[in-house]
Amino acid sequence: MTLARAPLPKATSIQLFKSLFLARRSEEYIVKHYPENRMRTPMHMSMGQEFVSVGVCAALEGKADVFASYRSHAAFLAQTHDTDLFFSELYGRTSGTGEGKGGSMHLAAPDQGHMLSSGVVATQIPVAVGAAFANRQLATGRTAVAFFGDGAMDAGVFWESLNAAALYRLPVMFVCEDNGYAVDTPRESRQVATSLTEAVKPFGCDSYDDDSGDVESVYALARAAVEKAHRDRRPAFLSIKCCRYLEHVGTSEDWHWGYRDKAVVEREWISRDALVQQRARLLSHQVSESAIAAMEDEIDKAIRASVARAAEAPIPAPERLYAGVFHEKA
Amino acid sequence: MRKLDYAGAIREATWQEMERDPRVFVYGIGVPTWSSIFGTTKGLPEKFGKERCFDTPISEDAMTGFGLGAALRGLRPIHIHIRVDFMILATNQLFNMVSNYIYSTGGKLKVPLVVRAVIGRGWGQGAQHSKSLFSNFTHIPGFKVIAPTTPSDAKGMLIAAIRDDNPVICFEHRWLYWAEEDVPEEPYEVPLGVGRILRPGRDVTVVGLSWMNVEARLAAEILQKRGVSIEIVDPRTLAPLDEDLIVDSVKRTGRCIIADCDWVNSGFGAELSARINERCFGVLKAPVKRIGFADTPCPTVRELENEFYPNARTIVHAVEDMLGLEAANLDGEDFFSHERRFRGPF
Repeated sequence: MTLARAPLPKATSIQLFKSLFLARRSEEYIVKHYPENRMRTPMHMSMGQEFVSVGVCAALEGKADVFASYRSHAAFLAQTHDTDLFFSELYGRTSGTGEGKGGSMHLAAPDQGHMLSSGVVATQIPVAVGAAFANRQLATGRTAVAFFGDGAMDAGVFWESLNAAALYRLPVMFVCEDNGYAVDTPRESRQVATSLTEAVKPFGCDSYDDDSGDVESVYALARAAVEKAHRDRRPAFLSIKCCRYLEHVGTSEDWHWGYRDKAVVEREWISRDALVQQRARLLSHQVSESAIAAMEDEIDKAIRASVARAAEAPIPAPERLYAGVFHEKA
Repeated sequence: MRKLDYAGAIREATWQEMERDPRVFVYGIGVPTWSSIFGTTKGLPEKFGKERCFDTPISEDAMTGFGLGAALRGLRPIHIHIRVDFMILATNQLFNMVSNYIYSTGGKLKVPLVVRAVIGRGWGQGAQHSKSLFSNFTHIPGFKVIAPTTPSDAKGMLIAAIRDDNPVICFEHRWLYWAEEDVPEEPYEVPLGVGRILRPGRDVTVVGLSWMNVEARLAAEILQKRGVSIEIVDPRTLAPLDEDLIVDSVKRTGRCIIADCDWVNSGFGAELSARINERCFGVLKAPVKRIGFADTPCPTVRELENEFYPNARTIVHAVEDMLGLEAANLDGEDFFSHERRFRGPF
């Protein structure tokens, strides 16, 4: 199902642009500082795919419980906008949510609705279903969202989770960031189904496709999907085509691996990069170049300050190793 | 005080906690159905409704993640597996998610999830319905692991587990469901991490796990007739372990037999043995002895099954061996046979 839609209000376009820019620029700083070897945690970069989680999280207006995968950076920043927590955890500092015990694959800001992201493919998906159950029982008005790649749909637990969510009539948002690869293995080598949205339909959920590469399209789709999910008491499945610009893990490009063609990726994806599109859209909304540059500058300064604070924050004391295996009463 | 069996004690603990706290719910394959997990969930769906006592698809992995998510967002789930063998399907969630969720988030989150796992010998259960797997779960940091033996412990420890803000795995041997004793009617907690001396003794410490404490009590009666006194220590909680209680007992007796209802090889008894050796080396009069399943998959045919499982007879002979006594003729002794209660099919 795809939706015809009216243009979004200018304020929403600006908000989406800022959120996209925040995620992109934060990762650009990771690329810059990673070789210093002070963020010693495997990075699964979101770059190129940010528009998916940015669009979905914005659509849920903060009332989301986000369960993300190891490709967690954009989802974390889209949900929390908290670059202090983000970089603190990457640098392994006491000021990070997990005081460095989590790292890039295990980012968390539960108070802000970003639950612990997970490094084993598909493991976060059923947890979102249980959170949706709690949200219904406790009438919190929140929506559980699972972000995962197309690789997670190879896993049995995805199908188990989808079935359970539909069976219990839970409005879970299953959001597939379909970048077409599990590391470098293409989807065609792993899955028989040619259409993910068709494959999930018999499970009693509403399924939506989007190959626009456009954050506003994702935003509008997610808004409509979440409203329908709550109204009809059933899960929603969103399959959003996207492209990972960098290697599976690490901060470099991977054209030399040879599993995809740089020219094709540039033509099909990078040339219509979501951030670039959104910036152009602001200009068409009569936001001036200087106003956009001022926004970018403000976000850039904030990120740089977060990086500086994180790099200087205290490292956990050795005895913290044993702390927090079990819940520590405040 | 009135007599209550172990299954009734589990049911009463669940019932009282569900009455006290509307966030508690219970779920799992077959939980609200007629068989009601050996009667431990009987009447709960009628009393508390199908939103708080419900069945699940045969999706152990997803439904474990479901429990984690519900716990993270404010509920207090009890997930039941009618066989620990089926819980193996849930170990991706348990080992990769549940066990480290609190730690990875700096100790601030609560994961009040109880997972109940039924273990134990049945009636020709064969290789896939007979495991215990204690050490698979005590091996992983982040779980509390309990295995209550008596009905009063079962009630108090399950209540403590439900009120705990951490994941607790509760092993219940199916034969224990029949055991009866005086159990207080009001809700109470037996603290986790505290062991119990089930029977004081002088000559040998027997550390029993779950059902093997029943066998150890029978062995103690038999041995007492020969003037041999064994002390039975029930750790009750396997993680975190009440190591001092065990060590103090072994220091008194100088001898220790670990009676496990699990495989010996890399089993929980190996951990116990190592800890006892580390702290009691100078006072041990004999090497620590371990008793458990034969080092084979579990056979189905009765005659081999009897060889596979240890029982009171095994304990008596191990004690005799350790004390240098002649093996007594046990033909006149009355050993436990589940077939007096139970003839299958499951």
